[in-house]
Amino acid sequence: MNKKTRNTILNILLVALVVGLLCFFQSDTSSHSYAISIIERSVIYAVVAVAMNLLNGFTGLFSLGQAGFMAIGAYVTAILTIPVEMRDSVYYMNGIAGWLHDLHAPMVVALLIGGLFAAAAAALIGIPILRLKSDYLAIATLGFAEIIRALLAAPMMDQITNGSYGLNNIPGFKNIFQPVALAVICIGIMVLLINSSFGRAFKAIREDDIAAEAMGINLFHHKELSFVISSFFTGIAGGMLAIYMRSIDTKTFQVMLTYNILLIVVLGGIGSVTGSVIGSFLINGGQEWLRFLDDDTFKIMGVHIPLFRPGFRMVVYSVLLMVVVLFWRRGIMGNNEFSWDGLFGLFKRKKKKVSAGGES
Amino acid sequence: MAENVLHVENMTMQFGGVVAVNNLSLDVNEGEIVALIGPNGAGKTTAFNMITGVYAPTNGKISFKGEVMLENHPQGKMVKNYLGENDGMYDKTIVKTPDQITKLGIARTFQNIRLFKSLTVFDNVLIARHMCSKANVFSATFRLNKREEQANREKTLELLRMVGLEKEKDEIASSLPYGKQRRLEIARALATEPELLLLDEPAAGMNPQETDELSEFILKIKKDFHLTVLVIEHHMELVMSISDRIYVLDFGKLIAQGTPEVIQNDSKVISAYLGVQEDE
Repeated sequence: MNKKTRNTILNILLVALVVGLLCFFQSDTSSHSYAISIIERSVIYAVVAVAMNLLNGFTGLFSLGQAGFMAIGAYVTAILTIPVEMRDSVYYMNGIAGWLHDLHAPMVVALLIGGLFAAAAAALIGIPILRLKSDYLAIATLGFAEIIRALLAAPMMDQITNGSYGLNNIPGFKNIFQPVALAVICIGIMVLLINSSFGRAFKAIREDDIAAEAMGINLFHHKELSFVISSFFTGIAGGMLAIYMRSIDTKTFQVMLTYNILLIVVLGGIGSVTGSVIGSFLINGGQEWLRFLDDDTFKIMGVHIPLFRPGFRMVVYSVLLMVVVLFWRRGIMGNNEFSWDGLFGLFKRKKKKVSAGGES
Repeated sequence: MAENVLHVENMTMQFGGVVAVNNLSLDVNEGEIVALIGPNGAGKTTAFNMITGVYAPTNGKISFKGEVMLENHPQGKMVKNYLGENDGMYDKTIVKTPDQITKLGIARTFQNIRLFKSLTVFDNVLIARHMCSKANVFSATFRLNKREEQANREKTLELLRMVGLEKEKDEIASSLPYGKQRRLEIARALATEPELLLLDEPAAGMNPQETDELSEFILKIKKDFHLTVLVIEHHMELVMSISDRIYVLDFGKLIAQGTPEVIQNDSKVISAYLGVQEDE
C-alpha cells in the first residue's frame, strides 16, 4: 500500500470518526450537553485562532484587535437574529430603534452581515494603523478593540445595542452540526487563501517586506487585504459565539478574550492552521479536564489531597502552559501543518532511536 | 544607436544635512551592462534605492524608456536646507512605490541578500510571479485561475532550471550555500520579467572561482532574457570584464565615466581609490 492510498484511507476514517462522534453526541443532547458545549466553543475559538494566525502568523502583522471585531460580529448577528416578537422584552429598558424593530435575518445571513460589518470596520481603521509595525500595531489594534467595546456600551447606542444590559434571547444552534460545519467552511476558505498566490504574497511580506515590495507586491494593499479578510472571519466567529452563548454583553469582549485567542495561536504554533485548531481544543478542553482540581472533596485512590481547592485548577493550568511553551518553544506544530506522513515519521524516528540505543 | 532605457538627470539625495548623492546623471541604453563603482560610502546603493523607489530623490528626474518615472524638488524644510545643485530646475513631484517601479520593468537584488528565508527555493521565485498574475483574491482563493497558476509554476521551474537551481527547488532558501542564494535572488528578480536589472554587489563575499562563474552567469542571463543591466560592484576584475561602460562615484559626485579602458587610466579614479599621493 503506497502512502497516498494510506493517507486517503486515514483521512476518510478521520472524517467518519468525527462525524460519528458528532452523531453520537447529537443523538442524546441532554446527557452530552457538557461535551457538546466544549466542542462548540472549541470550533468557534478555532475559527478566530485561524483568522488571527492568518494575520499574525502568515502576514506578520501583530494585531490584538480580535475582541473588537468579534464584538461587532456578535452584536450584528444578535440584533438580526433575536425573534421579532421577543424584541420588546429584550429592550424593555430603553426600547428599540424603530427602523431596527422588524429587521430580521436567518442565522447564516446574519453571520455574513456581521462578518461584513467587522470587515468594513477593519478596512476603515486599517488605512491609518497598517502603517505601523509590530508592537505599535498591537497597541493600536488593542486600543481599537476597547473603543468598539466602549461604543457598544455607550448610552447613545442604547436603542441599538441595549447598552450595558446586553442582548439575550438569541436563538441558539439547532444542533452540533451547524457550528462545526460553519467552522469547517470558514477555516477551509482561509486554508485555500493561504495556499493561493495571495497567501504566498502574505508570507513574503512576513519574511521580508522590503524584498516583497521589490518583487512587485503592494505592501499596503496586501496588508489591508489580509487584515480585512481576517477581521471578516473574526466577525463571523463573534456572531457564532453570540449564538452559542445566547446572551451577550460588552463584558464578553474584553481584552481577556483576545489573550485567550493569542494563547491558542502561540500554543498551536504561529503559522500553522492545524496547530491553531489543535490548540483551540486543547485550551478549551484543558480548562475543563482539569476541573477536578477545583474539587476539594476529590480523592486519588482514597487519599485526600489537601492542595485541591477552588482556584487550584488555574495554577496547574498556568504551570502546564509554561511547560509547553518552554519545551515546544515554537508551539506544538511550529509552522508545520499536520500530515499523516509527519505523524508516522515521528513514530519511525522514535523507534530508530530506541533500536539504536539497544545496540550500543 | 540603441534605445535609452534609464535616464537619470541631476539626481540629488540629501538626508538631513548630508548630501549622499549629489547631482548624479547617468544613462543606460538597451542591451548594455553599465557598472556603478566607487569607494565605500560613495552613494551607490542610495542611487539604487532612488531608482527603485525606496527613497524619493530630493531633487532631480528619472525616466524609464523615455517616460518620466520619478521627479522631485526640495520641499518643506528642505527648501531652506538644500545643499545640492540645480535648485528650482524641477517643479513637479512624481513619486512611485517600489512595487509600481517593479511593475514598470525594473527588478533588483540587494547588497545583503534579502530572500524569503524560511520559504522554499521554489516558493521564493513563485512569489515574484504573483505580480504578473491577473487573478483577484476571490478567484485565487477558489482556484478559478488554475491555468494561470499552472503557467506560473511552469515558468518558475523553467527559471530555476536556467539558473541551475532545479535540484534544490524544495530546499529552504536559507539553507543554500552563499553563491546559490545570490543566484536565487537573481532568479527571483528575473521572475518579474524585467527589462532593466539592477544588481547591488552581486559578487560580495564570493571567492575568485564563484566570481568567474558569476560574470559568465550575468552575461548569459543578459543574452537569454534580453536584459539591460546596471550593476554596483567592488570587484574590479568582474566590473572590467563584463561592463560596457562605467560610472564612478565618490562622495556622492560623479567623478568619471567611460569605457573600462578609460576608467582604468583615469587619474581621478585612481586617486579616489588609492588616496591622493602627498607631494614630496
